[in-house]
Amino acid sequence: MRRIISATVLNESGVLNRLTGLLTKRQFNIENITVGHTEDPAISKVTLTVWVEDDRKAEQLVKQLHKQINILKVRDLTNMALVSRELALIKVLTTPDTRSEIKMLIEPFRATVLDVSLESVTLEVTGDSEKVDALIELLRPYGIKEISRTGITAIPRGTQKKVLELHPYSIM
Amino acid sequence: MKASWVADQKTVKSSLVSGAELFIQGLQKEKVEVVFGYPGGAVLPIYDALYKAEMKHVLTRHEQGAIHAAQGYARVTGKPGVVLATSGPGATNLVTGIADAMIDSIPLVIFTGQVATKVIGTDAFQEADIVGITMPITKHNYQVQKAEDLPRIMKEAFHIANTGRKGPVLIDIPKDIAVNTAPLKEVSNIHLPGYQPTLKPNILQVKRLNEALQQAKRPVLLTGAGVLAANAEEELLAFAEYYQIPVAQTLLGLGGFPADHPLCYGMAGMHGTYAANMALYDCDLLIGVGARFDDRLTGNLEHFAKKAVVAHIDIDPAEIGKNVPTEIPIVGCARETLAALNQTRGEKGDSNEWMIQLSKYRSELPLTYKSNDKELKPQKLMEILHEVTKGAAIVSTDVGQHQMWAAQYYTFSTSNRWITSGGLGTMGFGFPAAIGAKVGRPDLPVVAVVGDGGFQMTLQELGVLQDWELPVIIVIVNNKSLGMVRQWQEIFYEKRYSHSLLEIQPDFVKLAAAYGIDGKRAENEVEVREALTAALSSNKPFVLDCAVTSDENVYPMIAPGKGLHEMIGVRG
Repeated sequence: MRRIISATVLNESGVLNRLTGLLTKRQFNIENITVGHTEDPAISKVTLTVWVEDDRKAEQLVKQLHKQINILKVRDLTNMALVSRELALIKVLTTPDTRSEIKMLIEPFRATVLDVSLESVTLEVTGDSEKVDALIELLRPYGIKEISRTGITAIPRGTQKKVLELHPYSIM
Repeated sequence: MKASWVADQKTVKSSLVSGAELFIQGLQKEKVEVVFGYPGGAVLPIYDALYKAEMKHVLTRHEQGAIHAAQGYARVTGKPGVVLATSGPGATNLVTGIADAMIDSIPLVIFTGQVATKVIGTDAFQEADIVGITMPITKHNYQVQKAEDLPRIMKEAFHIANTGRKGPVLIDIPKDIAVNTAPLKEVSNIHLPGYQPTLKPNILQVKRLNEALQQAKRPVLLTGAGVLAANAEEELLAFAEYYQIPVAQTLLGLGGFPADHPLCYGMAGMHGTYAANMALYDCDLLIGVGARFDDRLTGNLEHFAKKAVVAHIDIDPAEIGKNVPTEIPIVGCARETLAALNQTRGEKGDSNEWMIQLSKYRSELPLTYKSNDKELKPQKLMEILHEVTKGAAIVSTDVGQHQMWAAQYYTFSTSNRWITSGGLGTMGFGFPAAIGAKVGRPDLPVVAVVGDGGFQMTLQELGVLQDWELPVIIVIVNNKSLGMVRQWQEIFYEKRYSHSLLEIQPDFVKLAAAYGIDGKRAENEVEVREALTAALSSNKPFVLDCAVTSDENVYPMIAPGKGLHEMIGVRG
């Protein structure tokens, strides 16, 4: 299953290396990772998406990350109410005929055109991963030249549902 | 800005001192008695400061020797071992010992020199990215960026190494940092918001375990090195005695519970006793204390403690539920947790039948071997060693057959007498570790039990014995082979002894003589007993080369992929 993990880390050199190295050592494959500093410039937030086999593996991942000295806080956001966003830049081939058609297509996605050339347009789209996937699929028939995706960044919603169900192994 | 994790530092004097002097002062503040190390270009300023400071420094003959010595020192004293090596090859030679200390949770603070800040990243002479290399095998590591940071980093490093789940911390010091000056500052306190080990157990879980104990008919304790790290021996004894719980020990946990106690069933695992393994197999309540359910202990997890409710006490939350699903997780220091259990204990359960069953296993199927008059059996050698040293010596080993025989037959009734490379299984560990142990505990006899293979990996440290006149006794369990490899080839590879026989060997007695150390070759029990007795009373280093049965195997044994109940060779 896919897990979204959020880690609050000290903004020091080598922290990201430490974090990704740990995942490699424990055989976790990172699907995507985003890093940026928070409201406090000395603290960064890392959001990573990983595929894990089961809950026990996921719990191991959280606990191992938590052991790192310069990782302050680790949260598995997967089962939380959250808002997550991803940004993608998509360069699509165009002809004078298709250019306006593409403009029409992207409108419901609230994608914007960042750059236009004779043979292509570059679009920016922000949303959850499904929305980004959907737009890419829609544009594929026109010929996609290049895609660059940031990966997911996420934050739990201000209001969470009460969860009473206790995890059999959980001690965090 | 809230840079609150930066230590509160207050200037004591405004005088400027070099990074190397700050290093010496940091060691003195931590009450470091000894540094194990090896000099080189990048640490010249530090060695110069050491020279002036008269800090005790043990010069080993290889950096690997230095770090294993520091490990042995840490194991017997409970204080962090301190290691110093130069950049590049000096640092990379430490890697095996760092990994060993990490997996066996041994507190070390390791200082490596580094090329000067301005040439880092240019592939300079003797440059290696030791911080990058050791990231996965240290509890934490640092590269010092400014001389003034060094006192805080050292204080943090010693704190991290010797608290929580202990482990190695490395500090990389570029050469210019050791030369640069900084104001002499007092580090009043350190603040590590990302490092807050849980020592006190959750009282609800403690209550649950006490309740489970009242229901249990077949409880068992599995005790590991966490008991020793926390000095929880007394609390463990009181706990086991009150509830009458049989105790099985991990390889590294030996000594945490007295071997001669009626509740002690010895070592469990791949070469454990029949009774200990069956206790773990058949129990209805398993209480792991400071043990990490390593694969050599559990055997096939499909068969491990399947009938049991599992309770796990560990200071490292990540160990709980890692290998074995756990119903009663207790994060906490072994001593505090056992003390809490003792304080809140309830009624005792009824485990009479279980105790009778296990004592029957113990008396009917003890550890055994076939002896004869002609050969010196390695198991007998361990028994003689125990007898001559009255079971009071510090014993250190490498990895392999001799390690298992020592664990099985040199029974430990006192804690902190057993030093072995458990998790990493490092050949060449035992001898240098014995040196460190002797430095740390000069009052106790120290015996390095090593194989003929492993000894040849670090025997250059004979120079240290001679140098410091350290009365360490080296017992070479010489079967002219890499015994455990040979045993597996015999059992699992149809006796194809691929590169495991060491027929060509140096004369170890002459080798010792070349270093000015006495030695003897022993081929039977009488010679062993005589030589050991003489060596112990001489108070001088000694090498005893023991010609043991070369094709002896370690039994009982659990083959890979098998469960704890599927032991072979139980009857010798």
